[in-house]
Amino acid sequence: MYSAKVKVTLRKSILDPQGKAVETSIRSLGYDKVTDTRIGKYIELTLDVESEQEARRVMDEICSKLLANPVMEDYEFEITEIKSS
Amino acid sequence: MKTVRFGVVVFPGSNCDHDVYYVLKTLLKQDVRFLWHKQTSLEDCDVIILPGGFSYGDYLRCGAIARFSPIMKEVAGFAARGGIVMGICNGFQILCESGLLPGALIRNRSLRFICKNVSLKVENKKSIFTNSFVKADINQFKLPIAHAEGNYICDENTLSELESNKQILFRYIDNPNGSLADIAGIINKEGNVMGMMPHPERACEKLLGSEQGLNIFRSITESFN
Repeated sequence: MYSAKVKVTLRKSILDPQGKAVETSIRSLGYDKVTDTRIGKYIELTLDVESEQEARRVMDEICSKLLANPVMEDYEFEITEIKSS
Repeated sequence: MKTVRFGVVVFPGSNCDHDVYYVLKTLLKQDVRFLWHKQTSLEDCDVIILPGGFSYGDYLRCGAIARFSPIMKEVAGFAARGGIVMGICNGFQILCESGLLPGALIRNRSLRFICKNVSLKVENKKSIFTNSFVKADINQFKLPIAHAEGNYICDENTLSELESNKQILFRYIDNPNGSLADIAGIINKEGNVMGMMPHPERACEKLLGSEQGLNIFRSITESFN
């Protein structure tokens, strides 16, 4: 069993209005050294597969088909083995 | 006049399906039926409409889940054979998610849900969807918009293709949502698949303030004659 933690973010080339609004708010709190605020999604799931390689292959498929839209988003994920106790 | 058979796809969360049905059936006297999203038959329809709404609660991204509804495989095949497909609002988002139209629709620049009448102009008046516009409406007509994710984006190459193939059908006169190049509606390269954010089905009767939306539905039925 493997656990996957997926991060989906708007591509760098795309203006992120939500990130911009949050950054304005952060700055209004007095943190004027903050820049490049981007908002994304975080998704966790468990995979019942035999190897890490298989987990990576399946996650690439799931991310590119559904979790992220390649027109506007990038994704990255971390895979860790769940050791049965 | 041929009676055109329209199919209005109903996803869980569609909420403009009955409006489109009413316009086509009662006002334009066409043959219309609802198609449940789990169906795998398009029932020999001549035109497929993906209506507005919030399919699957807009979970993940607008249209991202509806895109995998069983009927969408049939819609994609139908479109590939040259069948006429029109997506309104959430329907436009679904068409982009499914790759039947280029680009994507992201959050409005203002971050707000915008519900108001906007002025539009027809950029390509020779398409299936615009061929019978009333002359006076071509340079300016009004339709309501009601969306939070109507900000159209695509990469530079796609934009120049859209421009050079005359795929930009409608532009906003006063851009409400940040859309690239003021884009309000586009067609695919072949011209048989169209998506637009404004709601023509909400502007088809004088009683509701405007009939300028009829221009679009009439153009479709005219293209069969």
